[in-house]
This record gives sequence, C-alpha cells and structure tokens, in this order.
Amino acid sequence: MTTGLGTPERPLRVAIIGAGPTGFYTADHLLRAPRVVEVDVFDRLPTPYGLVRLGVAPDHQKIKFVTHVFDKVAANPRFRFFGGVEFGKDVTLADLRAHYHQIVYCTGAQTDRRMGIPGEDLSGSHPATEFVAWYNGHPDYRDCTFDLTQERVAVVGVGNVAVDVVRILCRTPEELATTDIADYALEALRKSRVKEVYLLGRRGPAQAAFTNPEVKELGELADADVTARPDEVELDPLSRAAVERSGDRASQKKVEILKEYARRQPTGKSRVLTLRFLVSPVELIGDEHGGVAALKLVRNELYATSTGALQARATGHFETLPAGLVFRSVGYRGVPLPGVPFNESWGVILNDKGRVLDSDTKQPIVGEYAAGWIKRGPTGVIGTNKPDAAETVECMLEDLAGGAVLEPAHPETAAAEALVRQRQPNFFSYADWQKLDAIETERGRAQGRPRVKLTSIEEMLAALGR
Amino acid sequence: MNIANILARKGSMAVTVRPEQSIREALALLDRHNIGALIAVEGESPVGILSERDIVREAARNEKFFIRVVADLMTRDVITGQPHDDLLSVAHTMTERRIRHLPVIDKGRLIGMVSIGDVVKAQRDHYQGEVDTLQTQLLADERRPTH
Repeated sequence: MTTGLGTPERPLRVAIIGAGPTGFYTADHLLRAPRVVEVDVFDRLPTPYGLVRLGVAPDHQKIKFVTHVFDKVAANPRFRFFGGVEFGKDVTLADLRAHYHQIVYCTGAQTDRRMGIPGEDLSGSHPATEFVAWYNGHPDYRDCTFDLTQERVAVVGVGNVAVDVVRILCRTPEELATTDIADYALEALRKSRVKEVYLLGRRGPAQAAFTNPEVKELGELADADVTARPDEVELDPLSRAAVERSGDRASQKKVEILKEYARRQPTGKSRVLTLRFLVSPVELIGDEHGGVAALKLVRNELYATSTGALQARATGHFETLPAGLVFRSVGYRGVPLPGVPFNESWGVILNDKGRVLDSDTKQPIVGEYAAGWIKRGPTGVIGTNKPDAAETVECMLEDLAGGAVLEPAHPETAAAEALVRQRQPNFFSYADWQKLDAIETERGRAQGRPRVKLTSIEEMLAALGR
Repeated sequence: MNIANILARKGSMAVTVRPEQSIREALALLDRHNIGALIAVEGESPVGILSERDIVREAARNEKFFIRVVADLMTRDVITGQPHDDLLSVAHTMTERRIRHLPVIDKGRLIGMVSIGDVVKAQRDHYQGEVDTLQTQLLADERRPTH
C-alpha cells in the first residue's frame, strides 16, 4: 500500500497540530526531506507562531525575529495553515486518520504547575502565564483582570517567564509604548500603582535559571531601582564548589552581577525591584475580603544529591512578606489531548524519541508522533525545538521507509481542505495571517511601534472583511 | 534541563533483573533490549547494577562466566539520580566517576535509567538550540532598520 508514497504522484500527507516554533521546525524538516511531503499545520488560534507571538515579552522584539524563518517555511507551496481550527473539537483524531498518513502533536506545555500551598486560590494570586498571555494579546486572556492598584507584588520563580513579568511590571508606560504590548494592557499598566516588586528564588543565585543578559537588563530599567540582599547573593560553600568545579564562566558572572546589585544604593526611582534567593512561599495569607495580603516564606538551604546537583530544602526559619498581588511561575505542564496517550509523571505525551506509544503495550502507535515541549517537557530556548523536531522527523521518515504509516481513506490534498471548510468555515489561512500581519504592522507604524496587535477573533475577521 | 526531560522522551523503563538470575539470562536481556546495563532489584528496590563492563571483566578470566549469577558480578554501591537533578551536574558526575548508566529514583522507586549517550545527546541539542537562537538574533541585528 505504501509503495510510491512520498513521490510527486503520491505525496506523504502530514498533519501538524500546533503552529508554534516546534510546528514550524517539524514542517521545515519534513519539507526538506528527500521525499515529497505535504504538511498542513493546524492551530486552535487564528494566528501562527505560538509563544513567539503570545509568550515572548513585547520588549524583546529581537527574539521574535525568528518568525522570518517560519515565514520562509510557510512560503513552500506544500505548506498550508489552518488557523482557528481546534484539534479534538473542530477536527478529531478520527478525521485526521482519514486524511493523513502521519500526525504530529506540537502542542507545547499549555498549563502552569501549581505551588500546592494553602491560599493559592485567593483573589490576587495568578499564574504568571495568564499575565503574560494577557499583556501579549492572547484572544483567550484579553478579558483577564489584575489588580494593579496594589503597591506590592511578588513573583514566585526565577525562570525567564518570572523575569519577564517583573520587568514588564517595572517598565514605564513610555518604555512599553514602543513595544507591541496589547493596547488594553498598556492602558492598564499606565494606571499601575505598583511600587515594590519581589522576585523569589527557591535556590541560590548560582542555580537561578535566568540568563545573564536577562538579569543585566533588570539593572538598566528607566525608572526602577534593582536590589538584592548581600547575605542571599553570597555563595554558600556547596555552590562555590559547584561553580568552580564546572568552570562555568556564565554562572560566575551571574553571581558578580547580583553582588553588584546588592551593593547598589537606591537612586530614588519610582519603583524598587528586589531579587530574593533561598526562599519558598509556604502559604498565601488572605485579608478579610479573600484577597492576598502576604506570603509566608520559609528560608531554604542547599544540599547536594548523589549526582552533585544542588537542591533546596526548608529550614525552620519563616518570614512574612506583605504583597497584594502574587504571580506564580514555578514550571509548566503539557495538557493531554483527546485520545492521545499521556505520561502523567512528566506531563508529556507518552513517547519514545517522538513516536507516540500505546499506554498498555508501550509499543508505537502507527502514524502518531510528538515534538517539542509536549514530547520532552518545558525546557530550553526556542532553537532547542529544532534538534528535537529533527529527531521526531527522523523517526517519521524511518517509519515511512518501513511502511508503518496510516492508510487514510481520503489522502487527497483537496479533501482535507474540504473537511476544514465544512467544520470551521471561518478558518484562517496563511494568506489571511499575512494580511492581518500587514494591518498590525501598519497600525504600529503610525505610533512608532513594531505592531499594534489585533486581540480578538471578531476583530481579526472584521479586519479581513468577513 | 534536568533528568526528567531526558526520561520524558524515552519510552522504555529501565530493564531489571533479579540478583539470583544467571549471567546467561542477563546477557539475553541486554541483547533483546539493545542496552548496556541492567538494574538488579529485590521486589521494588534496586540493589545493584550490572553493566556489560562487569560481564566483560569476568569473561576475561573465567570461561564458565555464563553460569554465574547476577549477584556475583553486579556493582552494589550504585550512584543514582533524581528527576530534578540538572544536566550539568549529572554530566559532570558521570564523566568524573566514569559511570555510563545512572538509575533514576523518585521517592524510593526506580523510575528509569539515563545513559551517558542520553546525556551527551541532551547537551548537544541544548547547545545547538542556543547557537541557533543566537544566530537568529544576530540576523535581527543586521536587518534592524524597521524598529
């Protein structure tokens, strides 16, 4: 049945679920393969690029430049985009199995990990990712509200999302006005009364996930002083030994930068950002109205595991940090997809090098694959998904050669589009996105901004004259 | 990146053997699963690790090594990892201590095995990803007139 598959007469037809970086890298590797492959990329949102549009901070435009790479992939005539089409709702697994030889899940890690402490659900306590999605104009989060009348805000975690959140909270409206932050978020942040921002790290400065450019940026904010506690940025003997042992210049430099922050005197800027280390919230304390009033923090100490990795454990020392707004950013998790085996321990699709496995037999399911964060968990930078996608595509081509592919009843290119048109007549093609992109960029030009985003599906349809 | 991210994309669990099983049986398992080490378990708890190196060492001096049992040749003092151990520490420890296989234990339970090959691949992908991301940003610098 599979002889001649992957030729101009019978192209290999692949459905990719998710138009984030991994979706594009997967498409790119497939389109460069020495076989003729046609890819259709589905996304539940009308716009492509995933977290590059809706996660990467608006004041980090350079990182968003990778979209030019994605546009080149999309320019291939064997690439199609079906935006606004949700897997499991508009199209089911059974639909895809009837139209494609292979299916790749690239859905990322769509939910945040909880802290698992009392008071986590008090009003004023939010996942950092909701705030990020909100200020980036994600259609599902544009109606979120955050109480920016609070003067003290705590952000739990020291990964790049946590750092983005504190930086956006500390930026002036003038700084933000040159970015592509969502208009409503710009207005809300203009009225912000936030004065003190705390970034809380569970482990020490040497273990903090943020990069040196990110931490340096915090020291160069227009109207926020940055500070740290001298005792918390001083390395403990275990960390000092680990940094020396690894010879890792970046970690040494990171600690130097933080020590310099600890020595800084306040210069009277409107806001103060305090970087804290070796503390974990153990409880959020509420006020009489059910809102967050403070965090109860426990002081941590580090210990070495048998592999020499340094982990935190609680001491018996507690303190109270008053704050009326709390964002947690302590990790992400993948969300199970309907009908697709899930590995609960790791929060990923059950897979071996990208081949989806049957939950019971642990054997590969023919025609189904995973790539990116939904395959290995949320780690790495955007580019890390490129070698990850390459590994999955290698498995796909191996299986094609071995004849282990689906045998769809309707493999014709036109049949898939007909299905989409029937299920979601208002789907967005790549040409639609390019029109929206031009409109957004044009709106931005007038204000000296990279773009002014369209943030609701209605707005986008209207802009396309539909 | 930590051990959990390596295990997440490895479908197979660690392959186990009982200490009283013969080396012949152990070799059959290594061959069938195309791997380099087995974890010896009593009930649920790991009690040792048997690597191809342990078997080679015995085979070099004992013609009848096939009929010996796993307990005779396995290494009992096993270094183990935890899911949240970071890649850099793990890579360093495995290189320094010359370990090629690291059983991973979570809350006293064996949950998988990481090989030095897994660690090298994860590191390579990590650096490749960073280089790619930096190159893209450099391109952005070159073509910046728009904003």
